Amino acid sequence: MTPLAGCLLVSALLFSIGLAGALTRRNAILVLAGIELMLNAANLNFIAFWRFGPNPEAFTGVMFVIFSIAVAAAEAAVGLALILAIYRHARTSDVSEIAEMRG
Amino acid sequence: MTAGSSQNWIVQNLWLIPAIPMVAAGLVALMKRANRGLAATLAIGSMAVSLLLSLRAFAAALANPMLQVRNVDWMQFGDQWVQLGWLLDPLAAVMLVMVTFVGLLIFIYSVGYMAHDDNFTRFFCFLSLFAGAMLGVVIANSLLLLFMCWEVVGLTSYLLIGFWFQRPAAAAAAKKAFITTRVGDLGLLIGMVWLYSQAGTLLFYGNGNGCLEQRALAAMAAHATVAGMAVSTAIGLLIFCGAVGKSGQVPLHVWLPDAMEGPTPVSALIHAATMVAAGVYLVARVYPLMSGSALEVVAWVGAVTAIFAACIAVAQNDIKRILAYSTVSQLGYMMLGLGVGGVAVGMFHLITHAFFKALLFLGAGSVIHGCTEEQDIRNMGGLRKFMPVTFAAYTCGMLALCGFPLFAGFWSKDAILHSAHGWGISRGPFYLGAIGALLTAFYMTRQMYYVFFGQKRTPAATVGAAAVAVHGATEHAVEPAVSPRPGEVCAVEEPHESPVVMTIPLAILAVFAVLLGFVGTPAWPWFQNFLGGHGVTFDWSGFGEPGLMSLMLTSSLIVMLGLLLGWFFYGRRPIVHPTDEDALEELAPPVFSALAHRLYVDELYSVTVIALARFGAAFASWLDRWIFGGAVRLVAWAVTGVSWLDAGVDRFVVNGGFDEGCRELSRGGRLLSRLQNGRVQTYLSVIAAALVVLGVWLLWGHRG
Repeated sequence: MTPLAGCLLVSALLFSIGLAGALTRRNAILVLAGIELMLNAANLNFIAFWRFGPNPEAFTGVMFVIFSIAVAAAEAAVGLALILAIYRHARTSDVSEIAEMRG
Repeated sequence: MTAGSSQNWIVQNLWLIPAIPMVAAGLVALMKRANRGLAATLAIGSMAVSLLLSLRAFAAALANPMLQVRNVDWMQFGDQWVQLGWLLDPLAAVMLVMVTFVGLLIFIYSVGYMAHDDNFTRFFCFLSLFAGAMLGVVIANSLLLLFMCWEVVGLTSYLLIGFWFQRPAAAAAAKKAFITTRVGDLGLLIGMVWLYSQAGTLLFYGNGNGCLEQRALAAMAAHATVAGMAVSTAIGLLIFCGAVGKSGQVPLHVWLPDAMEGPTPVSALIHAATMVAAGVYLVARVYPLMSGSALEVVAWVGAVTAIFAACIAVAQNDIKRILAYSTVSQLGYMMLGLGVGGVAVGMFHLITHAFFKALLFLGAGSVIHGCTEEQDIRNMGGLRKFMPVTFAAYTCGMLALCGFPLFAGFWSKDAILHSAHGWGISRGPFYLGAIGALLTAFYMTRQMYYVFFGQKRTPAATVGAAAVAVHGATEHAVEPAVSPRPGEVCAVEEPHESPVVMTIPLAILAVFAVLLGFVGTPAWPWFQNFLGGHGVTFDWSGFGEPGLMSLMLTSSLIVMLGLLLGWFFYGRRPIVHPTDEDALEELAPPVFSALAHRLYVDELYSVTVIALARFGAAFASWLDRWIFGGAVRLVAWAVTGVSWLDAGVDRFVVNGGFDEGCRELSRGGRLLSRLQNGRVQTYLSVIAAALVVLGVWLLWGHRG
């Protein structure tokens, strides 16, 4: 097994864990945490493909991941703010109970 | 004719005579039912004023026997003015006095007779209207005005005959009177229209332009119509149709006896003194139109009526019905007199008859009143002792009617018979009239014996009921619907004389019934000459006219014979039980039965005219129902079908299409909205599933 395949395997595992968390957790914050895990799995893929790719001297992969992490931090801030607003409005953070957008 | 300026006050204001009673009728109509005294006072007062004015008019006519007219424009008709007007001549003056005087007495009498009636006020309203209309007929100088008043007379007659409309018989009689006279009036109307088209005016007299004046008459006489008849004759005959209806001549006499269902004063006023006289008066008024052949018809109709009705009167048992047939018979005499002798002869009998027939009717009313509404003469008897005044007055009337020498009827009837005897065309009417006179004396004697002589017959209720069963078909008077308690009423209550308010008119009329004839005796024919417009002198030699004395003797003998026959059949042995067979019935049952059934004229009409009318009505109804109604229904069905179709298209195609579209839209929306369940994790799992599918497809899908 090449190092790249090991990294990708860890990344897929990480993504699956994140996905399972996001799908099964009832608490909105934990769902958000699951989403962060999936994002990090994607970041790990970026790093792996850069490190074991054809041109590891340029710092393109690191730059990309730093951007991605910044965007993820912003997204997490927005997500938490939304969760807080929903909590104030509905007095719960259980996503299964929040179905006001039902058609 | 005099010019307008020289006309005196009464001619100018002659219209007041009919107008006053009419206004009184209008006022009474507005009154409350409880104002009995006021109503009677108004009616009687208006009649009294009319009587005074009539006397004034009579005096004017005496002073100036020329015909005086006053015409007024009524309404514009194209470029012509329709004129109405009134006239005063001796004929009208005599009628005015007669109608107002007899009317006044009857009004007064009615106060007593109708005292117990709830609708006293209404009665006087109708009575006044009737008298006013009758007076309008008398003074009318236009056939149109005459016709209008004539119809009002017909209307009030209908109202008065049906005054006790709660009784089915009275309601039916009222309808019968109205419809039967309408048949005659149709002729009158056609005659009137024809007269207008020929003469251009309906005024009788109008400064040479009237339809009864020389110019129009000459034109009409020269103009021949069907079968060579002069137009004037044809028009005269048509107008005579109206008189036949109103004056109850054969064949339109059937309504008059039935009209006895009205209150007795009505019978006296309408069916003796005035209304039926209107027909005779009409013929007298349009006498210039009546040329030879028309007068022949008048004479024959009159003669046949005279004897026809007299025959029927012999077998009647209702006191008023006998008098009614007697009236029909006497009206026949009047027509006969007009036909064979001229205006004066007929009118003389009209005037005398008005008095004694009013007397007889009021006397009969007094009897009925005294016997508590009993009308069947078989249930009376012996009333001479109970009601002496009525008896005396009734005897006067009866003798006058029979034509007993020196009584009023003697002179007038004799004048008719004399004229008929001298008629150049045929002796037939004379013989008919003579036999009629015999029958008149006979049936009046029969009635007298039944009512006033013998013992009081007190039928038990059962006997009365039996009599109803046997004679119910002929005697309306004893039907339970008419007399609330048939038969027994006389038994429970002693007959009593009527109040003074009723007997005084009787007494006054009785005096006239005896004396009135003397104004027209052959020696002093004042009446005839007055109508003719010239003076009179007393001259015994009037009796010396050839054949006159013997004729008078003959007619006196005829009357005596009639009285004797009456005594022979009914006076010799007293009638004990009301159910006893009539003396004539014993003698000739089939004849008596036929007469009692009024010679089956009503039955004849019901199987001919009425059956025809019924058939026509049924046919028209069938036509209406099936042909016209069917066509209408067919169209309706067609329209309904089209509209159903339209509604179906609208409902199922247009509406249905839209509805279905909308439903589909909303169903689709509902379906799709189920996906949008608002749960973030559901969306996420769908995305995850899609991701898995995408991954699987990328990994394996591209390989193959």
